[in-house]
Amino acid sequence: MRLHARGVALVSSLGVLLAAGGTTVGSAQESHVDGVTGHAAAGKKVYRRYCMLCHGPDGDGAGENAMWIDPKPRDFTLAVFKCRSTPTGTLPTDEDLLNAMSRGFVTTNMPPWLPLSRQNRADVVAYIKTFSPKWKTKTAGTPVPVPPEPALTIQSILHGRDLYQKMECWKCHGSKGHGDGPSAATLTDNKDLPIRPYDFSSGSRFKCGITNRDLYKIFMTGLDGTPMPSFADDIKPEEGWDLVHFLRTLQPLDTPELALWRGWFASHAGELKPIGPGTGQ
Amino acid sequence: MRTQYIAVLAVAALGTSAASVRVAPAGGTVSGKVTYTGTPPKMKPIDMAKEPNCAKEHAAAPVLTETVVTGPGNSLRWVVVYVSAGDQGSTPGTATVRLDQKSCQYIPHVLVVQPNQPLDIYNDDPHSHNIHPLAKVNSEWNRSQPAGAPPIHTTWEQPEFIPVKCNVHPWMHGWHMVLATSHYAVTGEDGAFSLQGLPPGKYTVTAWQEQFGTQSQDVTITGNETKAVNFVFKATPY
Repeated sequence: MRLHARGVALVSSLGVLLAAGGTTVGSAQESHVDGVTGHAAAGKKVYRRYCMLCHGPDGDGAGENAMWIDPKPRDFTLAVFKCRSTPTGTLPTDEDLLNAMSRGFVTTNMPPWLPLSRQNRADVVAYIKTFSPKWKTKTAGTPVPVPPEPALTIQSILHGRDLYQKMECWKCHGSKGHGDGPSAATLTDNKDLPIRPYDFSSGSRFKCGITNRDLYKIFMTGLDGTPMPSFADDIKPEEGWDLVHFLRTLQPLDTPELALWRGWFASHAGELKPIGPGTGQ
Repeated sequence: MRTQYIAVLAVAALGTSAASVRVAPAGGTVSGKVTYTGTPPKMKPIDMAKEPNCAKEHAAAPVLTETVVTGPGNSLRWVVVYVSAGDQGSTPGTATVRLDQKSCQYIPHVLVVQPNQPLDIYNDDPHSHNIHPLAKVNSEWNRSQPAGAPPIHTTWEQPEFIPVKCNVHPWMHGWHMVLATSHYAVTGEDGAFSLQGLPPGKYTVTAWQEQFGTQSQDVTITGNETKAVNFVFKATPY
Protein backbone atom coordinates (compact mmCIF):
# COMPACT_ATOMS: atom_id res chain seq x y z
CA MET A 1 0.00 0.00 0.00
CA ARG A 2 1.15 3.49 -0.77
CA LEU A 3 1.38 4.43 2.90
CA HIS A 4 3.74 1.58 3.75
CA ALA A 5 5.94 2.31 0.76
CA ARG A 6 6.33 5.88 1.88
CA GLY A 7 6.85 4.83 5.49
CA VAL A 8 10.26 3.43 4.64
CA ALA A 9 11.49 6.87 3.70
CA LEU A 10 9.95 8.65 6.70
CA VAL A 11 11.55 9.82 9.88
CA SER A 12 11.06 6.91 12.26
CA SER A 13 8.92 8.77 14.81
CA LEU A 14 6.42 9.80 12.17
CA GLY A 15 6.48 6.26 10.88
CA VAL A 16 5.59 4.91 14.33
CA LEU A 17 2.69 7.34 14.63
CA LEU A 18 1.41 6.40 11.20
CA ALA A 19 1.60 2.71 12.00
CA ALA A 20 -0.36 3.34 15.18
CA GLY A 21 -3.04 4.63 12.90
CA GLY A 22 -4.04 7.69 14.85
CA THR A 23 -3.08 10.63 16.97
CA THR A 24 -1.93 10.55 20.55
CA VAL A 25 -4.09 12.06 23.27
CA GLY A 26 -3.46 15.79 23.64
CA SER A 27 -2.29 16.34 20.06
CA ALA A 28 -5.75 17.09 18.71
CA GLN A 29 -4.33 20.16 17.04
CA GLU A 30 -2.20 18.04 14.75
CA SER A 31 -2.70 15.28 12.26
CA HIS A 32 -0.14 12.78 11.08
CA VAL A 33 -1.08 11.28 7.80
CA ASP A 34 0.33 10.38 4.40
CA GLY A 35 3.85 11.49 5.25
CA VAL A 36 2.77 14.92 6.41
CA THR A 37 2.00 16.68 9.69
CA GLY A 38 -1.09 18.84 9.55
CA HIS A 39 -1.71 21.81 11.83
CA ALA A 40 -5.11 23.06 12.92
CA ALA A 41 -4.19 26.74 12.67
CA ALA A 42 -3.35 26.36 8.99
CA GLY A 43 -6.33 24.09 8.48
CA LYS A 44 -8.69 26.71 9.81
CA LYS A 45 -7.85 29.01 6.91
CA VAL A 46 -8.47 26.28 4.36
CA TYR A 47 -11.66 25.24 6.15
CA ARG A 48 -13.09 28.74 6.11
CA ARG A 49 -12.35 29.06 2.42
CA TYR A 50 -13.67 25.70 1.23
CA CYS A 51 -15.65 23.90 3.93
CA MET A 52 -17.38 26.43 6.12
CA LEU A 53 -20.31 27.19 3.87
CA CYS A 54 -21.66 23.66 4.20
CA HIS A 55 -20.12 22.40 7.42
CA GLY A 56 -20.62 25.68 9.26
CA PRO A 57 -18.18 28.01 11.00
CA ASP A 58 -18.59 25.92 14.16
CA GLY A 59 -18.26 22.60 12.35
CA ASP A 60 -21.80 21.57 13.29
CA GLY A 61 -22.98 20.82 9.77
CA ALA A 62 -25.24 23.89 9.76
CA GLY A 63 -23.50 26.12 7.24
CA GLU A 64 -25.62 28.42 5.13
CA ASN A 65 -25.72 25.92 2.28
CA ALA A 66 -26.85 23.11 4.52
CA MET A 67 -30.54 23.81 4.30
CA TRP A 68 -30.49 23.23 0.53
CA ILE A 69 -28.68 19.95 0.44
CA ASP A 70 -29.48 16.37 1.34
CA PRO A 71 -27.79 14.40 2.83
CA LYS A 72 -26.77 17.05 5.33
CA PRO A 73 -23.12 17.95 5.81
CA ARG A 74 -21.24 16.11 8.53
CA ASP A 75 -21.60 17.56 12.03
CA PHE A 76 -18.03 17.45 13.34
CA THR A 77 -19.05 18.47 16.86
CA LEU A 78 -20.37 14.94 17.47
CA ALA A 79 -17.17 13.24 16.30
CA VAL A 80 -19.32 10.54 14.70
CA PHE A 81 -18.08 9.46 11.27
CA LYS A 82 -19.36 7.00 8.67
CA CYS A 83 -16.25 5.91 6.86
CA ARG A 84 -13.71 4.51 9.25
CA SER A 85 -11.31 1.66 9.63
CA THR A 86 -12.06 1.61 13.38
CA PRO A 87 -14.76 -0.19 15.39
CA THR A 88 -18.19 1.33 15.91
CA GLY A 89 -18.25 3.93 18.67
CA THR A 90 -14.59 4.82 18.25
CA LEU A 91 -12.88 7.75 16.60
CA PRO A 92 -11.53 7.41 13.06
CA THR A 93 -7.84 7.56 12.29
CA ASP A 94 -6.33 10.61 10.62
CA GLU A 95 -6.03 8.49 7.51
CA ASP A 96 -9.76 7.74 7.60
CA LEU A 97 -10.54 11.45 7.72
CA LEU A 98 -8.09 12.26 4.96
CA ASN A 99 -9.50 9.49 2.77
CA ALA A 100 -13.07 10.66 3.29
CA MET A 101 -12.13 14.22 2.37
CA SER A 102 -10.05 13.17 -0.64
CA ARG A 103 -12.57 10.66 -1.96
CA GLY A 104 -15.61 12.79 -1.32
CA PHE A 105 -19.00 11.15 -0.86
CA VAL A 106 -20.52 10.00 -4.13
CA THR A 107 -24.19 10.95 -4.65
CA THR A 108 -23.84 13.78 -2.12
CA ASN A 109 -22.67 17.39 -2.25
CA MET A 110 -19.30 16.48 -0.75
CA PRO A 111 -16.82 16.50 -3.63
CA PRO A 112 -13.42 14.84 -3.76
CA TRP A 113 -10.96 17.40 -2.40
CA LEU A 114 -7.93 16.08 -4.26
CA PRO A 115 -7.43 19.50 -5.88
CA LEU A 116 -6.29 20.66 -2.45
CA SER A 117 -2.69 19.82 -1.69
CA ARG A 118 -1.88 16.98 0.65
CA GLN A 119 -0.62 19.50 3.19
CA ASN A 120 -3.85 21.48 2.96
CA ARG A 121 -5.93 18.37 3.47
CA ALA A 122 -3.80 17.21 6.40
CA ASP A 123 -4.18 20.66 7.95
CA VAL A 124 -7.95 20.46 7.58
CA VAL A 125 -7.96 17.03 9.24
CA ALA A 126 -6.17 18.60 12.21
CA TYR A 127 -8.64 21.47 12.32
CA ILE A 128 -11.68 19.19 12.12
CA LYS A 129 -10.45 17.51 15.28
CA THR A 130 -10.83 20.75 17.20
CA PHE A 131 -14.62 20.81 16.82
CA SER A 132 -15.33 18.07 19.36
CA PRO A 133 -13.95 17.67 22.90
CA LYS A 134 -13.83 13.92 22.30
CA TRP A 135 -10.55 14.31 20.43
CA LYS A 136 -8.96 15.66 23.62
CA THR A 137 -9.79 12.66 25.77
CA LYS A 138 -9.88 9.74 23.36
CA THR A 139 -7.58 8.29 20.76
CA ALA A 140 -8.62 6.77 17.47
CA GLY A 141 -9.89 3.22 17.67
CA THR A 142 -7.69 0.29 16.77
CA PRO A 143 -8.37 -0.49 13.11
CA VAL A 144 -10.39 -3.66 12.59
CA PRO A 145 -8.27 -6.58 11.44
CA VAL A 146 -8.79 -7.31 7.76
CA PRO A 147 -7.37 -10.71 6.84
CA PRO A 148 -6.04 -11.18 3.32
CA GLU A 149 -8.79 -11.79 0.78
CA PRO A 150 -9.05 -15.52 0.01
CA ALA A 151 -9.48 -16.93 -3.46
CA LEU A 152 -12.88 -16.41 -5.01
CA THR A 153 -14.96 -19.61 -5.10
CA ILE A 154 -18.63 -20.36 -5.58
CA GLN A 155 -18.68 -21.77 -2.05
CA SER A 156 -17.55 -18.39 -0.78
CA ILE A 157 -20.35 -16.64 -2.64
CA LEU A 158 -22.94 -19.14 -1.43
CA HIS A 159 -21.79 -18.80 2.16
CA GLY A 160 -21.97 -15.04 1.77
CA ARG A 161 -25.53 -15.45 0.57
CA ASP A 162 -26.31 -17.45 3.71
CA LEU A 163 -24.86 -14.64 5.79
CA TYR A 164 -26.97 -12.08 3.95
CA GLN A 165 -30.01 -14.12 4.95
CA LYS A 166 -28.93 -14.92 8.53
CA MET A 167 -27.69 -11.45 9.39
CA GLU A 168 -30.97 -10.16 8.00
CA CYS A 169 -29.32 -7.64 5.69
CA TRP A 170 -32.38 -8.07 3.46
CA LYS A 171 -34.57 -6.37 6.06
CA CYS A 172 -33.15 -3.03 4.96
CA HIS A 173 -31.26 -3.78 1.75
CA GLY A 174 -33.97 -6.02 0.29
CA SER A 175 -33.81 -9.61 -0.90
CA LYS A 176 -32.11 -8.54 -4.14
CA GLY A 177 -30.16 -5.68 -2.59
CA HIS A 178 -32.34 -2.98 -4.11
CA GLY A 179 -32.54 -1.03 -0.87
CA ASP A 180 -36.23 -1.89 -0.60
CA GLY A 181 -36.39 -4.20 2.38
CA PRO A 182 -39.34 -4.13 4.80
CA SER A 183 -37.57 -1.73 7.15
CA ALA A 184 -36.08 0.52 4.46
CA ALA A 185 -38.84 3.09 4.30
CA THR A 186 -38.68 4.02 7.99
CA LEU A 187 -34.92 4.33 8.42
CA THR A 188 -33.62 7.48 10.08
CA ASP A 189 -30.13 8.61 10.92
CA ASN A 190 -28.83 9.89 14.25
CA LYS A 191 -30.49 13.24 13.64
CA ASP A 192 -33.81 11.53 12.94
CA LEU A 193 -33.59 12.50 9.27
CA PRO A 194 -34.78 9.94 6.69
CA ILE A 195 -32.02 7.94 5.08
CA ARG A 196 -32.01 5.19 2.46
CA PRO A 197 -30.02 1.97 2.58
CA TYR A 198 -27.50 1.33 -0.18
CA ASP A 199 -29.02 0.00 -3.38
CA PHE A 200 -26.61 -2.58 -4.78
CA SER A 201 -28.48 -2.73 -8.08
CA SER A 202 -27.51 0.88 -8.79
CA GLY A 203 -23.88 -0.13 -9.33
CA SER A 204 -22.98 3.11 -7.62
CA ARG A 205 -19.71 3.44 -5.75
CA PHE A 206 -19.92 2.91 -2.00
CA LYS A 207 -19.58 6.14 -0.09
CA CYS A 208 -16.64 4.68 1.79
CA GLY A 209 -14.60 3.44 -1.16
CA ILE A 210 -14.81 1.13 -4.16
CA THR A 211 -12.65 -1.88 -3.36
CA ASN A 212 -13.56 -5.22 -1.83
CA ARG A 213 -11.52 -4.22 1.18
CA ASP A 214 -13.54 -1.01 1.58
CA LEU A 215 -16.74 -3.06 1.39
CA TYR A 216 -15.40 -5.45 4.03
CA LYS A 217 -14.73 -2.60 6.41
CA ILE A 218 -18.19 -1.13 5.93
CA PHE A 219 -20.02 -3.94 7.67
CA MET A 220 -17.22 -4.66 10.14
CA THR A 221 -17.12 -1.10 11.43
CA GLY A 222 -20.69 -0.02 10.82
CA LEU A 223 -21.44 3.39 9.38
CA ASP A 224 -21.71 5.38 12.59
CA GLY A 225 -24.49 7.94 12.62
CA THR A 226 -26.58 5.85 10.22
CA PRO A 227 -28.79 2.78 10.65
CA MET A 228 -25.98 0.56 9.32
CA PRO A 229 -24.64 -1.33 12.33
CA SER A 230 -21.38 -3.12 12.88
CA PHE A 231 -21.46 -6.87 12.39
CA ALA A 232 -18.01 -7.38 13.87
CA ASP A 233 -19.47 -9.31 16.80
CA ASP A 234 -21.42 -11.64 14.54
CA ILE A 235 -19.34 -12.32 11.43
CA LYS A 236 -15.97 -14.02 11.74
CA PRO A 237 -13.14 -12.15 9.99
CA GLU A 238 -12.71 -14.85 7.31
CA GLU A 239 -16.45 -15.04 6.74
CA GLY A 240 -16.50 -11.33 6.01
CA TRP A 241 -14.89 -12.01 2.64
CA ASP A 242 -17.64 -14.48 1.77
CA LEU A 243 -20.18 -11.74 2.31
CA VAL A 244 -18.12 -9.34 0.19
CA HIS A 245 -18.06 -11.85 -2.65
CA PHE A 246 -21.81 -12.32 -2.49
CA LEU A 247 -22.53 -8.61 -2.30
CA ARG A 248 -20.58 -8.05 -5.51
CA THR A 249 -23.01 -10.37 -7.32
CA LEU A 250 -25.80 -7.93 -6.48
CA GLN A 251 -24.14 -5.12 -8.38
CA PRO A 252 -24.40 -4.71 -12.17
CA LEU A 253 -20.64 -4.38 -12.46
CA ASP A 254 -18.12 -6.35 -14.47
CA THR A 255 -16.71 -8.25 -11.49
CA PRO A 256 -15.23 -11.75 -11.30
CA GLU A 257 -17.77 -12.46 -8.55
CA LEU A 258 -20.71 -11.76 -10.80
CA ALA A 259 -19.17 -13.73 -13.68
CA LEU A 260 -18.62 -16.74 -11.44
CA TRP A 261 -22.11 -16.42 -9.98
CA ARG A 262 -23.80 -16.22 -13.37
CA GLY A 263 -21.98 -19.30 -14.56
CA TRP A 264 -23.07 -21.29 -11.53
CA PHE A 265 -26.57 -19.87 -11.41
CA ALA A 266 -27.31 -20.99 -14.96
CA SER A 267 -27.41 -24.63 -13.92
CA HIS A 268 -28.06 -24.51 -10.17
CA ALA A 269 -30.69 -21.83 -9.70
CA GLY A 270 -33.25 -24.33 -8.48
CA GLU A 271 -31.15 -25.21 -5.46
CA LEU A 272 -31.40 -21.78 -3.94
CA LYS A 273 -33.80 -20.89 -1.19
CA PRO A 274 -35.17 -17.38 -1.70
CA ILE A 275 -33.80 -14.65 0.54
CA GLY A 276 -36.31 -13.05 2.82
CA PRO A 277 -38.75 -13.71 5.64
CA GLY A 278 -39.78 -17.13 6.77
CA THR A 279 -37.08 -19.05 4.92
CA GLY A 280 -34.65 -21.41 6.55
CA GLN A 281 -34.63 -19.75 9.98
CA MET B 1 -13.06 -6.28 23.15
CA ARG B 2 -14.79 -3.01 23.06
CA THR B 3 -15.85 -3.01 26.71
CA GLN B 4 -12.32 -3.44 27.90
CA TYR B 5 -11.21 -0.74 25.53
CA ILE B 6 -13.78 1.68 26.94
CA ALA B 7 -12.83 0.76 30.50
CA VAL B 8 -9.15 1.39 29.81
CA LEU B 9 -9.95 4.73 28.23
CA ALA B 10 -12.18 5.68 31.12
CA VAL B 11 -9.44 5.01 33.61
CA ALA B 12 -6.73 6.66 31.58
CA ALA B 13 -8.63 9.67 30.37
CA LEU B 14 -10.96 10.44 33.25
CA GLY B 15 -8.97 9.09 36.13
CA THR B 16 -10.56 7.38 39.06
CA SER B 17 -12.37 9.57 41.55
CA ALA B 18 -11.62 9.35 45.23
CA ALA B 19 -13.42 6.41 46.80
CA SER B 20 -17.08 7.33 47.39
CA VAL B 21 -18.40 7.02 50.89
CA ARG B 22 -20.70 4.02 51.15
CA VAL B 23 -24.11 5.35 52.16
CA ALA B 24 -25.28 3.88 55.45
CA PRO B 25 -28.68 2.12 55.36
CA ALA B 26 -29.96 4.56 57.94
CA GLY B 27 -30.50 8.13 56.80
CA GLY B 28 -33.22 10.34 55.49
CA THR B 29 -35.78 9.41 52.86
CA VAL B 30 -37.34 11.49 50.14
CA SER B 31 -40.47 9.90 48.78
CA GLY B 32 -43.55 10.86 46.90
CA LYS B 33 -45.51 10.45 43.72
CA VAL B 34 -45.26 11.80 40.21
CA THR B 35 -48.59 12.75 38.68
CA TYR B 36 -49.94 14.96 35.92
CA THR B 37 -52.65 17.51 35.38
CA GLY B 38 -54.36 18.21 32.11
CA THR B 39 -54.80 15.77 29.23
CA PRO B 40 -51.88 13.56 28.29
CA PRO B 41 -51.42 12.33 24.71
CA LYS B 42 -53.09 9.04 23.90
CA MET B 43 -50.62 6.25 23.45
CA LYS B 44 -51.02 4.54 20.10
CA PRO B 45 -51.06 0.81 19.35
CA ILE B 46 -47.92 -0.26 17.52
CA ASP B 47 -48.31 -2.09 14.23
CA MET B 48 -45.58 -4.70 14.18
CA ALA B 49 -46.60 -6.19 10.83
CA LYS B 50 -43.07 -5.64 9.53
CA GLU B 51 -41.87 -8.22 12.04
CA PRO B 52 -44.36 -11.11 11.85
CA ASN B 53 -42.81 -12.90 14.85
CA CYS B 54 -43.61 -9.96 17.07
CA ALA B 55 -46.95 -9.15 15.48
CA LYS B 56 -48.04 -12.67 16.36
CA GLU B 57 -46.96 -12.37 19.97
CA HIS B 58 -48.92 -9.19 20.47
CA ALA B 59 -51.93 -10.19 18.39
CA ALA B 60 -54.19 -10.50 21.44
CA ALA B 61 -53.08 -7.26 23.12
CA PRO B 62 -51.25 -4.75 20.90
CA VAL B 63 -48.39 -2.90 22.52
CA LEU B 64 -48.86 0.82 22.98
CA THR B 65 -46.20 3.50 22.48
CA GLU B 66 -44.49 4.39 25.72
CA THR B 67 -43.70 8.11 25.57
CA VAL B 68 -46.31 8.94 28.23
CA VAL B 69 -47.43 5.98 30.31
CA THR B 70 -50.05 6.79 32.92
CA GLY B 71 -51.54 4.88 35.80
CA PRO B 72 -54.36 5.10 38.29
CA GLY B 73 -54.77 8.45 40.01
CA ASN B 74 -53.12 10.38 37.14
CA SER B 75 -49.78 8.82 37.96
CA LEU B 76 -46.87 8.80 35.53
CA ARG B 77 -44.74 5.76 34.90
CA TRP B 78 -41.12 5.67 33.70
CA VAL B 79 -40.25 8.93 35.46
CA VAL B 80 -36.67 9.01 36.69
CA VAL B 81 -36.35 10.76 40.06
CA TYR B 82 -32.80 11.39 41.21
CA VAL B 83 -30.58 13.61 43.33
CA SER B 84 -29.10 16.19 41.00
CA ALA B 85 -27.36 18.20 43.72
CA GLY B 86 -26.19 17.05 47.11
CA ASP B 87 -24.62 13.84 48.31
CA GLN B 88 -24.25 11.60 45.30
CA GLY B 89 -24.23 8.32 47.11
CA SER B 90 -21.93 5.49 46.14
CA THR B 91 -20.58 3.91 43.02
CA PRO B 92 -22.38 0.75 41.96
CA GLY B 93 -19.35 -1.51 41.82
CA THR B 94 -20.00 -4.51 39.61
CA ALA B 95 -23.79 -4.73 39.95
CA THR B 96 -24.95 -5.36 36.38
CA VAL B 97 -27.95 -3.75 34.78
CA ARG B 98 -29.80 -5.80 32.20
CA LEU B 99 -31.63 -4.72 29.06
CA ASP B 100 -33.75 -7.20 27.13
CA GLN B 101 -35.05 -6.96 23.62
CA LYS B 102 -38.12 -9.12 23.81
CA SER B 103 -41.04 -9.33 21.44
CA CYS B 104 -39.68 -6.23 19.72
CA GLN B 105 -39.71 -4.09 22.85
CA TYR B 106 -37.01 -2.75 25.11
CA ILE B 107 -37.49 -4.14 28.61
CA PRO B 108 -37.24 -1.91 30.60
CA HIS B 109 -38.27 1.12 28.57
CA VAL B 110 -36.12 3.34 30.78
CA LEU B 111 -33.05 1.98 32.55
CA VAL B 112 -30.58 3.74 34.81
CA VAL B 113 -26.87 3.03 35.01
CA GLN B 114 -24.08 4.88 36.72
CA PRO B 115 -20.90 5.75 34.85
CA ASN B 116 -18.90 2.59 34.04
CA GLN B 117 -21.54 0.32 35.56
CA PRO B 118 -21.77 -2.93 33.58
CA LEU B 119 -24.74 -3.06 31.22
CA ASP B 120 -25.69 -6.34 29.54
CA ILE B 121 -27.93 -6.28 26.50
CA TYR B 122 -29.78 -9.45 25.54
CA ASN B 123 -31.66 -10.35 22.38
CA ASP B 124 -34.46 -12.70 23.41
CA ASP B 125 -36.16 -12.69 20.02
CA PRO B 126 -35.78 -15.21 17.17
CA HIS B 127 -34.58 -12.47 14.83
CA SER B 128 -31.95 -9.73 14.73
CA HIS B 129 -32.08 -6.37 16.39
CA ASN B 130 -29.59 -3.58 16.14
CA ILE B 131 -28.91 -1.45 19.18
CA HIS B 132 -28.28 2.16 18.29
CA PRO B 133 -27.81 4.44 21.32
CA LEU B 134 -27.91 8.05 20.14
CA ALA B 135 -25.32 9.29 22.57
CA LYS B 136 -23.79 12.73 22.15
CA VAL B 137 -21.60 13.18 25.24
CA ASN B 138 -20.75 9.50 25.26
CA SER B 139 -19.77 7.74 22.06
CA GLU B 140 -22.60 6.80 19.74
CA TRP B 141 -22.39 3.24 18.43
CA ASN B 142 -24.53 0.81 16.47
CA ARG B 143 -24.24 -2.96 16.76
CA SER B 144 -26.21 -5.76 15.22
CA GLN B 145 -27.29 -8.58 17.52
CA PRO B 146 -28.68 -11.65 15.74
CA ALA B 147 -30.95 -14.22 17.33
CA GLY B 148 -29.04 -16.39 19.78
CA ALA B 149 -26.05 -14.06 19.90
CA PRO B 150 -24.32 -13.65 23.27
CA PRO B 151 -25.25 -10.56 25.32
CA ILE B 152 -23.50 -7.32 24.54
CA HIS B 153 -21.44 -6.17 27.52
CA THR B 154 -20.98 -2.43 27.56
CA THR B 155 -20.72 0.57 29.84
CA TRP B 156 -21.41 4.27 29.62
CA GLU B 157 -18.70 6.64 30.83
CA GLN B 158 -20.37 10.01 31.27
CA PRO B 159 -23.68 11.17 32.75
CA GLU B 160 -26.13 11.65 29.91
CA PHE B 161 -29.74 10.88 28.98
CA ILE B 162 -29.30 8.60 25.97
CA PRO B 163 -32.21 7.73 23.66
CA VAL B 164 -31.83 4.27 22.16
CA LYS B 165 -33.46 2.95 19.03
CA CYS B 166 -33.52 -0.10 16.81
CA ASN B 167 -33.29 0.84 13.14
CA VAL B 168 -34.78 -2.43 11.91
CA HIS B 169 -37.83 -1.97 14.15
CA PRO B 170 -38.55 1.77 14.12
CA TRP B 171 -41.13 1.62 16.93
CA MET B 172 -38.56 0.45 19.45
CA HIS B 173 -37.53 3.35 21.68
CA GLY B 174 -35.84 3.25 25.02
CA TRP B 175 -33.64 5.31 27.28
CA HIS B 176 -30.33 4.72 28.97
CA MET B 177 -30.11 7.24 31.79
CA VAL B 178 -26.50 7.55 32.93
CA LEU B 179 -26.60 9.18 36.36
CA ALA B 180 -23.65 10.12 38.52
CA THR B 181 -25.70 9.50 41.65
CA SER B 182 -26.82 6.24 43.21
CA HIS B 183 -29.83 8.02 44.71
CA TYR B 184 -32.40 7.42 42.00
CA ALA B 185 -35.67 5.69 41.37
CA VAL B 186 -37.80 4.95 38.33
CA THR B 187 -41.53 5.20 38.95
CA GLY B 188 -43.82 2.28 38.28
CA GLU B 189 -47.48 2.33 37.34
CA ASP B 190 -48.33 3.98 40.66
CA GLY B 191 -45.96 6.89 40.02
CA ALA B 192 -44.36 6.38 43.42
CA PHE B 193 -40.69 6.77 44.24
CA SER B 194 -38.52 6.56 47.34
CA LEU B 195 -34.93 7.74 47.69
CA GLN B 196 -33.48 6.25 50.85
CA GLY B 197 -30.29 6.38 52.86
CA LEU B 198 -29.69 10.11 52.33
CA PRO B 199 -27.11 11.60 54.71
CA PRO B 200 -27.98 14.95 56.28
CA GLY B 201 -27.60 17.88 53.92
CA LYS B 202 -29.22 19.97 51.22
CA TYR B 203 -30.49 18.20 48.14
CA THR B 204 -31.99 19.05 44.79
CA VAL B 205 -34.27 16.28 43.64
CA THR B 206 -35.05 16.20 39.92
CA ALA B 207 -37.79 14.31 38.09
CA TRP B 208 -37.41 13.60 34.36
CA GLN B 209 -40.13 12.41 32.03
CA GLU B 210 -39.20 11.90 28.39
CA GLN B 211 -41.97 14.03 26.96
CA PHE B 212 -42.47 16.62 29.70
CA GLY B 213 -38.86 17.31 30.61
CA THR B 214 -37.52 17.93 34.10
CA GLN B 215 -38.67 19.51 37.33
CA SER B 216 -36.60 20.06 40.42
CA GLN B 217 -37.30 20.67 44.07
CA ASP B 218 -34.97 21.45 46.95
CA VAL B 219 -35.17 19.46 50.16
CA THR B 220 -33.07 19.35 53.31
CA ILE B 221 -32.42 16.21 55.34
CA THR B 222 -31.38 16.62 58.97
CA GLY B 223 -31.55 13.08 60.30
CA ASN B 224 -33.55 9.95 59.60
CA GLU B 225 -36.79 11.67 58.71
CA THR B 226 -38.91 11.10 55.64
CA LYS B 227 -39.61 14.14 53.52
CA ALA B 228 -42.54 14.07 51.13
CA VAL B 229 -41.79 15.49 47.69
CA ASN B 230 -44.32 15.24 44.89
CA PHE B 231 -43.96 16.20 41.27
CA VAL B 232 -46.83 17.30 39.06
CA PHE B 233 -46.27 17.65 35.33
CA LYS B 234 -48.57 19.65 33.07
CA ALA B 235 -49.70 17.26 30.37
CA THR B 236 -50.86 18.35 26.93
CA PRO B 237 -52.33 16.14 24.23
CA TYR B 238 -49.43 16.89 21.84
